[in-house]
Amino acid sequence: MDMMAGKFAANVTPLEEGMSLSDHPIRLEARDVCVHYGAKQALYDVSIDIPDRAVTAFIGPSGCGKSTFLRCINRMNDTIEGARVTGRIALDGEDVYDRSLDVVELRARVGMVFQKPNPFPKSIFENVAYGPKIHGMVRNKAEAEEVVVSSLKRAGLFEEVKDRLHEPGTGLSGGQQQRLCIARAIATRPEVLLMDEPCSALDPIATAIIEELIDELRENFTIVIVTHSMQQAARVSQKTAFFHLGKLIEEGDTANIFTNPAKKQTQDYIMGRIG
Amino acid sequence: MTNLIIAALLLFLLGLAYQQGWSRSQAVATATGTRLHSRPVYHGALAAVWVLVPAVLVLGLWTAIGPDMTRNFILSQLPPDIAALEGNALNSAVARIMALSSGSGVAGTVEPYEAAAAQALDQFRLLSYLVVIGAAAGTGVLALLLVRRRIVPRLRARNEIEMVVRLALLACSAIAVLTTFGIVASLFNEAIRFFTFVNPLDFFFGTVWNPGFATTGTGAVGQYGILPLLWGTVMVAAIAMLVALPIGLMTAIYLSQYASRRVRDVVKPIIEILAGIPTIVYGFFALVTVGPALSGFGQAIGIDIRSTSALTAGLVMGIMIIPFISSLTDDILRQVPISLRDGSLGLGATPSETIRRVLLPAALPGIVGAFLLAVSRAIGETMIVVLAAGNSPVLRANPAEPISTVTVTIVNQLTGDSDFAGPQSLVAFALGLTLFVMTLGLNVFALYIVRRFREQYE
Ligand SMILES: Nc1ncnc2c1ncn2[C@@H]1O[C@H](COP(=O)(O)OP(=O)(O)OP(=O)(O)O)[C@@H](O)[C@H]1O
Ligand SMILES: [Mg+2]
Repeated sequence: MDMMAGKFAANVTPLEEGMSLSDHPIRLEARDVCVHYGAKQALYDVSIDIPDRAVTAFIGPSGCGKSTFLRCINRMNDTIEGARVTGRIALDGEDVYDRSLDVVELRARVGMVFQKPNPFPKSIFENVAYGPKIHGMVRNKAEAEEVVVSSLKRAGLFEEVKDRLHEPGTGLSGGQQQRLCIARAIATRPEVLLMDEPCSALDPIATAIIEELIDELRENFTIVIVTHSMQQAARVSQKTAFFHLGKLIEEGDTANIFTNPAKKQTQDYIMGRIG
Repeated sequence: MTNLIIAALLLFLLGLAYQQGWSRSQAVATATGTRLHSRPVYHGALAAVWVLVPAVLVLGLWTAIGPDMTRNFILSQLPPDIAALEGNALNSAVARIMALSSGSGVAGTVEPYEAAAAQALDQFRLLSYLVVIGAAAGTGVLALLLVRRRIVPRLRARNEIEMVVRLALLACSAIAVLTTFGIVASLFNEAIRFFTFVNPLDFFFGTVWNPGFATTGTGAVGQYGILPLLWGTVMVAAIAMLVALPIGLMTAIYLSQYASRRVRDVVKPIIEILAGIPTIVYGFFALVTVGPALSGFGQAIGIDIRSTSALTAGLVMGIMIIPFISSLTDDILRQVPISLRDGSLGLGATPSETIRRVLLPAALPGIVGAFLLAVSRAIGETMIVVLAAGNSPVLRANPAEPISTVTVTIVNQLTGDSDFAGPQSLVAFALGLTLFVMTLGLNVFALYIVRRFREQYE
């Protein structure tokens, strides 16, 4: 245990002076969420609270259901044929699976960066301007340009693409596409941002830029990030949830999870013994 | 019977060569203790190819020269007075002997010289047959012996087989290309003949279509202005596309994006049945149902709509083309990666925004291609217009009036006795060539559009 403390303690981002996670109001609340893909169950009774204005990290071995759970939050599983979600997920106390809820509005409030970069076959500019345009957040070209440039800058992509904003986004490299998708997601200013392995194809410098962005976004927004990097989870998150085989094994303050996990499975995973 | 034996012979040679190549390659590998460059199957296949090619060449040679040799043989068996006949008389004399020899009966009494010649022909046939089979088998076996000597461990049999496969594929695609060229060349040839009767300028820019009748033809040529026909063709095709494009597109969008699996599974096959209805049936439908209904409707609202008109034909043709567009577009839309749709929905776009701004643009090249293919079909469609367009080759702007199209006119000019000597029937080739150039132009245009779009986004 001491060894672990040594390995991660220095990295954990402390919360604001004199604040603990319990001071953050709960933004998202999941209770007994189960997901089936056809006959196959992918998630078993997941219950978790996600705090406002903080970063929550989901960790766990590949195929354990992290993406599945993330997609439940903004109801992207609706689009998968045969996917069935039960249980309750509430955003600001409102059930997102309620009939009266408008799923389009939900997705505008809860942005998502997908695990696999999926730029539209449009120009870089149009990719980023897409969300602001459909939501009427920009009224003219100048405003659109402002949003596009600032979003690209925050995602650390602007310098690389500033001379070819009107070339196709699909022509970028994998890591550039990933940052383009991040820029596209933050351009709509979502209140909650779900990021599925946003740095999986990035070099350390680009990763650092994204982590800075996450830190900055945390001041105003709620962020959930899926990551396979323990260091990253420790660096950027305040709360960590460990999934294994479709079950939520353990969740809690990041500092606690990494220095003093309650479950053996969690400890093994963090130390690199499973997964 | 003979063909079966030849096929069996070839198959046997093939199997033998394959087996020999296969086992020989392993034998040499074991004997020399080296690794084979190619796996034994490639050696077997290569041996089979090498054996098959000479055998097939021999058979091909016989197919080419056999009939002439047989005929010459028969001529040599005929009495000199018969052999001196010419043209049809000679041909029928030869045909009688061949019929006698093959055992099918002949009319009238059989002359003694005929019976003798038939008997000689029987022997000649048997002999030549044996010689050919022997030659084919002989060259095959000879080739096999040579091939066996070629087999060494370092023989690059795999590369050679790849080459053979490439050549075979090339030959197959060459068939389509050559056929196209052949058809165009013959169209061109006959069209040129037509233009010796009619000035091309009068044909392409004339506004009156009045070819007159071949039987009255002393020197009176008639008028062959293609413009009324082209206008009719374009009008019917345009009406058809106005009907088919929106309905087909919407259907495809509904099926690929909104319909549940169950609805799709029911609706899609039904729509595809529409595509399987023979066009002549659509023709009846236009003539018997749609035409009168349209004209009744016209009366009700005070417009004069003729029951056979561009409108009737265009409408029904549009219905015929709907499944064409909807099916192709549906497939194309489903090929757009789901991740793109998710990306758009995930940003809070509505399904219809997603379709308009992401899916349709991504699928546009395919949709344009489908559209232009459909236009080609509309232009070339014949039966519906024959029955429902009124066959009136007059330049008119009103779609409620009867018109005629290029295809209908081709049918008209070719039915009845046509000897392909006068302009009345030769014009069909000029019309066909025009149609061909139009559809070719459309296809080239489609390719161009698709390419430009691809360059932009890939
Ligand atoms: N569309 C789908 N249809 C059927 N099964 C699915 C689908 N998506 C995911 N699954 C299954 O659900 C389980 C959880 O998948 P999920 O994508 O949530 O894993 P993950 O934790 O995100 O893994 P990774 O770290 O590899 O991204 C897996 O067993 C997977 O096979
Ligand atoms: Mg995942």
